[in-house]
Amino acid sequence: MNALSGLLAWLLHMALMLASAPLLIGLARKAKARMVGREGPPLIQPWRDIARLLRKQPVVADSTSWLFRAAPMVGLAATIAAAALVPSFALGMASSQAADMLVLAGLLGLARAVLALAAMDTGTSFGGIGASREMTFAVVAEPALLLVVFTLALLAGTTNLDTISNLIVSGVLGLRISMAMALVAACLVAIAECGRVPVDNPATHLELTMVHEAMVLEYSGRHLAMIELAAALRLLVWVSLILVIFAPLGIAPRSEQGGALIALLWARGVVVWAVKVILVGLILAAFETTRAKLRVFRVPELLGAALLLGLLAAILLFVSQGFAAELVTGGGG
Amino acid sequence: MSGILLQGLMTVMAVLLLAIPLLSFRAPRLGFLAACVTCATGAVIDLVFLFQGAAPAVLTVPFGLAGQSTVLSIDGLSALFVLLVMLAGAMASLALRDDHGHPIATAPAVSLFIGAMLLCLLAADAFALVAGFELMSVASFILVVTNHRDHQVQEAGRLYIGMAVLSGLCLIAAVALLAPHGASFSAMRASPPTPGVAAIVLILAMVGPGSKAGLVPLHVWLPPAHAAAPAPVSALMSGAMTKVALYVLIRLLFDLVGPGIAPWWGLPLIALGIASAVLGALRANMEIDIKKVLACSTIENVGLVAIGLGVALAARGADLTALSSLAAGGALLHTLSHGGFKTLLFLASGSIQYGAGSRSLESLGGLIKRMPITAGVMILAAMSLAGLPPSAGFASEWTLFQSVIAAVRLGGLAWQVMSVVLAATLALATALAAAAAVRLVGVVLLGRPRSQGAAEAVEAGPPLRWAMLLSALGVGFVGLFPGVMLWFSDPAMSVIVHGTMLDRIGYLGFTATSDSAGYAPIFTLGLIAIVMAVIWAVLRAKAVPGHRAAPLWDCGFGDPPPWQPFGDPLAQYSGASFGQPLRRMLGTTLLAAREKVDLPLPGDTRPASIVVTLNDPAEAWLLEPIGRLRAIISGMADRVHFMTVRQALTLMVALLVGLLLFIATVEQL
Repeated sequence: MNALSGLLAWLLHMALMLASAPLLIGLARKAKARMVGREGPPLIQPWRDIARLLRKQPVVADSTSWLFRAAPMVGLAATIAAAALVPSFALGMASSQAADMLVLAGLLGLARAVLALAAMDTGTSFGGIGASREMTFAVVAEPALLLVVFTLALLAGTTNLDTISNLIVSGVLGLRISMAMALVAACLVAIAECGRVPVDNPATHLELTMVHEAMVLEYSGRHLAMIELAAALRLLVWVSLILVIFAPLGIAPRSEQGGALIALLWARGVVVWAVKVILVGLILAAFETTRAKLRVFRVPELLGAALLLGLLAAILLFVSQGFAAELVTGGGG
Repeated sequence: MSGILLQGLMTVMAVLLLAIPLLSFRAPRLGFLAACVTCATGAVIDLVFLFQGAAPAVLTVPFGLAGQSTVLSIDGLSALFVLLVMLAGAMASLALRDDHGHPIATAPAVSLFIGAMLLCLLAADAFALVAGFELMSVASFILVVTNHRDHQVQEAGRLYIGMAVLSGLCLIAAVALLAPHGASFSAMRASPPTPGVAAIVLILAMVGPGSKAGLVPLHVWLPPAHAAAPAPVSALMSGAMTKVALYVLIRLLFDLVGPGIAPWWGLPLIALGIASAVLGALRANMEIDIKKVLACSTIENVGLVAIGLGVALAARGADLTALSSLAAGGALLHTLSHGGFKTLLFLASGSIQYGAGSRSLESLGGLIKRMPITAGVMILAAMSLAGLPPSAGFASEWTLFQSVIAAVRLGGLAWQVMSVVLAATLALATALAAAAAVRLVGVVLLGRPRSQGAAEAVEAGPPLRWAMLLSALGVGFVGLFPGVMLWFSDPAMSVIVHGTMLDRIGYLGFTATSDSAGYAPIFTLGLIAIVMAVIWAVLRAKAVPGHRAAPLWDCGFGDPPPWQPFGDPLAQYSGASFGQPLRRMLGTTLLAAREKVDLPLPGDTRPASIVVTLNDPAEAWLLEPIGRLRAIISGMADRVHFMTVRQALTLMVALLVGLLLFIATVEQL
């Protein structure tokens, strides 16, 4: 893929991600409502909320500092930067050289830390409780995530997301039990990082159970709009990440051809990606409808299970015969 | 050329060791200025040396022990650490000028301390190395007990000198074992020790320089000593001295022991590194004193460096040059970035201690408004502490993680499982450090003030401000141009692992393997900046501008005290409450954290209270038994003390006869 088409794919990707992130939230809400027999808000409602919030002037607590006002922008920018690195419908985008999974984890961590700091800046116990819990969950989620990265890096020989996905698409790696375990671990981490049921409930405003909502309680107006968009985008980033690694079928491959063929591949990629995301959204809604939220102190146990699965995924790779031989001969990455 | 530069550095050392201490007796503030300028000169000389390609140079000085001369030398490894020590020294000396009219009483020891570290780095024979190391310990001890009337400082000083003596003894034993055919480093290299002796040297190096660097389980001196010393001195101790100890460790294990080392040599370093990283990062979430939080984070970071060094050593033993240079590069890069951001954080802690009148997390808060510069640099450094891109800490932790992934190639299943555990540990330590960083910044700088001192805090004076801003510049540079830093480290890598990373580094970034994509912080920062510009433009076009200030939603707040305009501070999350989930999750098992809650019954008006106690395992399992042993021995000595004349004479005769018998037996053999 030459530089121009790479850039074009990247811009298209960014527009797609930004536009559809709130729609995914809308889809999940709508599906959840239908599953419990309610009508539910229209799909477009999250976008309407954001537009409405932009029209309102934010009210800022007078004890807060500049950090409180800057945090939503930094958090959103870091999340968008993360979204820029995760391929959605095509591989070999302009950002592919920088699509490092550790950088991705770091950018999401940056968004989280900035929001936690903003929560501490309000000086209320709500902000503190949310920040403290968010950082505590990350302490267990981060090792689990990095073990997934570790497993993938073992298979592909690099932490570059584009290369990993390319190898998986080309079928070199084959199907492995380790990948299945890594998938479950990645899903558990994603649920925790996106603040979904059973780790956190995005719809609740009950003090004792809040994590993410407690952190952003004092926000309003355009600040809240940015936070809502960032939260929606984070969910889509995680969904895309899991799709591009574990179900990359139909993604437009890196190719040198130009013109109509590329456009065709992209179109197929976009459609397949959209179908996959909708499916994930429906599964997420079904999962959340049938689950209750966990007690806060039980969450580390759930993430501990993810950590264990990540460990098993990596160790299983070592004991599987073929892989050990590959390592010795210097192949496998 | 290198010879001239080495002479220049020797002159810098002589000035720091001899001239400035004398000057400081009469004019301490002038002394600090002189030390700052001298250190900056040293840094420039060292940079020239690095830019010239770091060709090693040796210099024999006709001073030293009777009948012997001292050998000094510089190569890529020492030059890298000299750069760090000189820069940290310059910043600390500059910061010490901000003394509010009361220079610290132990001013002459400061430049002595920096000079001793320089001697330790330039030493090329056993005597100079030990002399530098011991002088460094003594000078820093004097500085630790600067405020010697304080009871806690006395205790910290006692613990510190005890550990310093232990580490000095182990270092002397280690170099003595290595130097059967001459005390100079070249003689040591010429006659490598047998495997048995080498293993003893390994253990001695872990205990000696290892304890000085703050590796678990001999890290106990670090938090109290860093808390006791004046803040710029803590910055030197944490940013430079622990690194000099690491240098001695590297010099012994990678260079002087010789080429014949087995892969398992890396294991002790890796094991201690894991323990240090996790324990240090966890404790950083529990401590209440800012400087103790920072000291515990130093333990964590030294652990991360030790992990990198351990992987490098193991890879060198297994002849995996690409891996060993990657791991060594990660370790050296982390040494540089930690040296920078920890110096900065300790300087900021000094600014806070003076400006807000406290170091306790429980009485600070909201300083970002009254101390904008201190807060700004502290947030920048905390990003590195938390390992967030595009900071210096992220770059080095990225490299370390890549080397841990590549470490699966070291050997069989055992090594592979170890590398998985290492990866999880590295992630755990980084996430714990991120929580500690958010807690530190969130409680100290943000929110509402928790005491009158914090509410009326004042910004640091110009010298400290400049020291912090210049350090911040350095930390920012390391973060944005890690490739350049790795280029500086390359001569060091060729010394310690005989490998290079030149095939993997560029000006803007670097890669883990020569054929894969890597990490370019400039791109990450640029991406964030562009996105922020676009968001700003969109908001300008679409959103309602400005904001309205309103009081905080006061659910649960009582009437504010008169000096407290923002409500009752006790309703805020404090340092103890922020760390509570982690304390319950990990602290109860790893640190024996216990909570004692006193909750009065309804109707009872006495205040509720919670008392948290921590017990570091090293204290319970190592220090307390040693304390008991000391009591037993001194009890026995007491009995000798109170013997009657007859008993004493009998004892002496018995000892004499025993000694003669012993000598006779030895003669027979």
